Amino acid sequence: MSTDTLLPQAAPKKPSRKPASRGQAARTRRREAVGLVLPSLIPILVLSVAPLLIGVFLAFTNARLVRHPDYGFAGVDNFTRLAGNTLFWDSLRIGLIWTVGVTVLQLAAAMGLALLLNSGLKLQGLTRVLALVPWAMPPVVVAIMWQMIYSANGGPLNAVLGSVGLPSDTNWLGDFSTALPAVIVVGVWVGMPQTTVTLLAGLQQIPAELHEAAAVDGAGAWRRFTAVTWPALRPIVTSITSLNFIWNFNSFSLVYVLTAGGPGGKTMVPVLFVYLEAFKNREIGYAAAMGMVLVVVVVLILAVYLRSQFRDDRAADVRKGR
Amino acid sequence: MRLLLRPAQYAALALYILFLGFPLLWLISASVKSSGELNSLSASLLPHEWHWENYAEAFTKQGLLHSAWNSLVVALASTALSVLIAVPAAYVLARLRGKVRVAGVGWILVSQVFPVVLIILPLFLILRTLGLADNLVGLTLVHTTYMLPFALWMLQGYVAAIPVELEEAGAMDGASRLTVLRTIVFPLLAPGVVATAMFSFVSSWNEFFFALVLLQSPENYTLPITLNMFVGGEGKVALGPLAAGAVLAAIPSIVFFSILRRKLTSGLMAGAVKG
Repeated sequence: MSTDTLLPQAAPKKPSRKPASRGQAARTRRREAVGLVLPSLIPILVLSVAPLLIGVFLAFTNARLVRHPDYGFAGVDNFTRLAGNTLFWDSLRIGLIWTVGVTVLQLAAAMGLALLLNSGLKLQGLTRVLALVPWAMPPVVVAIMWQMIYSANGGPLNAVLGSVGLPSDTNWLGDFSTALPAVIVVGVWVGMPQTTVTLLAGLQQIPAELHEAAAVDGAGAWRRFTAVTWPALRPIVTSITSLNFIWNFNSFSLVYVLTAGGPGGKTMVPVLFVYLEAFKNREIGYAAAMGMVLVVVVVLILAVYLRSQFRDDRAADVRKGR
Repeated sequence: MRLLLRPAQYAALALYILFLGFPLLWLISASVKSSGELNSLSASLLPHEWHWENYAEAFTKQGLLHSAWNSLVVALASTALSVLIAVPAAYVLARLRGKVRVAGVGWILVSQVFPVVLIILPLFLILRTLGLADNLVGLTLVHTTYMLPFALWMLQGYVAAIPVELEEAGAMDGASRLTVLRTIVFPLLAPGVVATAMFSFVSSWNEFFFALVLLQSPENYTLPITLNMFVGGEGKVALGPLAAGAVLAAIPSIVFFSILRRKLTSGLMAGAVKG
């Protein structure tokens, strides 16, 4: 992400107001700065940095979630045990299908909508407000709403399918084959608007002359998209794809309320798996080890993705003779 | 080809509007349907008869009112706390250069990648040790901490937009730094603070995961948790009141977000809405 564009830069510091005591003024300012930052530092250290470190520590213990915990160092036991836990690896596979599915479809759907909204159609205002609604709604409400949509008893989706003569008794969230795709659609519905707004902001920064020049050269719509729009959007696409990937991988509430991992574990995303291991099976050491594996997997995938993007940029630069 | 383009575009836009808007319409429609109509197999978008009593029932019979009150208290308290804490820190982040700034911005970005699964277990242990698990004060502190990065991010942008020269003019006139902050910076920052506060409120109001893990006694449940309780088991019976409760739970967020629409766009990339 480019911090430069998002953070308006403060003007360069002018020389100190009291030249006679520059060193002292700088020290005072530093003390002031620490004083002003301290109130936010304390909750952050206690409630997010410390838990992170303790979490890593827990992964190497056999801690259980009981009233008076009594646990010992377990070395890499949790990890060796995890290696043989096929259910966990299943959930990781499901989680990756969910994450990649939602992230890619989100991007594709959002790109389509952003292009439409950028091409001077009417109804823009309405669409933009609508586009914010899914993002603003509590995830629980979103899940309840979609349960109604998918319902096998009088749900509108089946009603519509029935009215055009298609099978209309699918239990979308309860059927082994349809549950995961159905949940992915909800994920797209929730995340697409945010991506759309971001892409739209990017589209509006592309100078119209570029498109006009390409059109004069006889480029069709698709050619203009691949030659002008896409390269200009690349940096934005890379950063929202990375962030969406992380958010989708870590998302819990939607799937938890929609299916609770069912039917038969077909939508058991890894975050849900870890939650159940920790708070239902009460094995927090083991669950922490799972959490660590998940973090490593996400970081590795992102590193590979970002590296490939970076390499593409370099290759493009070389072609342009830079 | 050209002639066909516009209609095709409008058709596509209509599909998007349908996809985005229909679920919401269906929820609202379900909230005013009678239970007989909800349980019948024929689905229609417009209810045959309008039944407003689902709304009354949602609050009186299902104990949603108490949860809504809990949500309101937690959201207001964590919003006040996070804004109070974030304003001075955001000022420092925007105005000072060097290590503090690098560390601050770095942490804000890293916080987006925070593996909540890994954090939630020790967080639960820490809060239990402090006697703050299953406690609204504990949930408030957690919400505050997890809203801080985005609040800092938004606010420091607003601070950076205030010209430093104004502050220097104040200092030149002999005002202390605190006076400068109070009389010059804060009034100019007010709209940004309001926007940040609204956003923080919505994040806390919508939050589900921490509340699910931390709260165990029904009298402490926040609105999302109570709504979730009605989804499984008994709640299925009262689909109408459930839909009504869901609509009511969504209203504050949607209202605030509509107001914030423009202001949020710039902050979108930093994002703060996590499932």
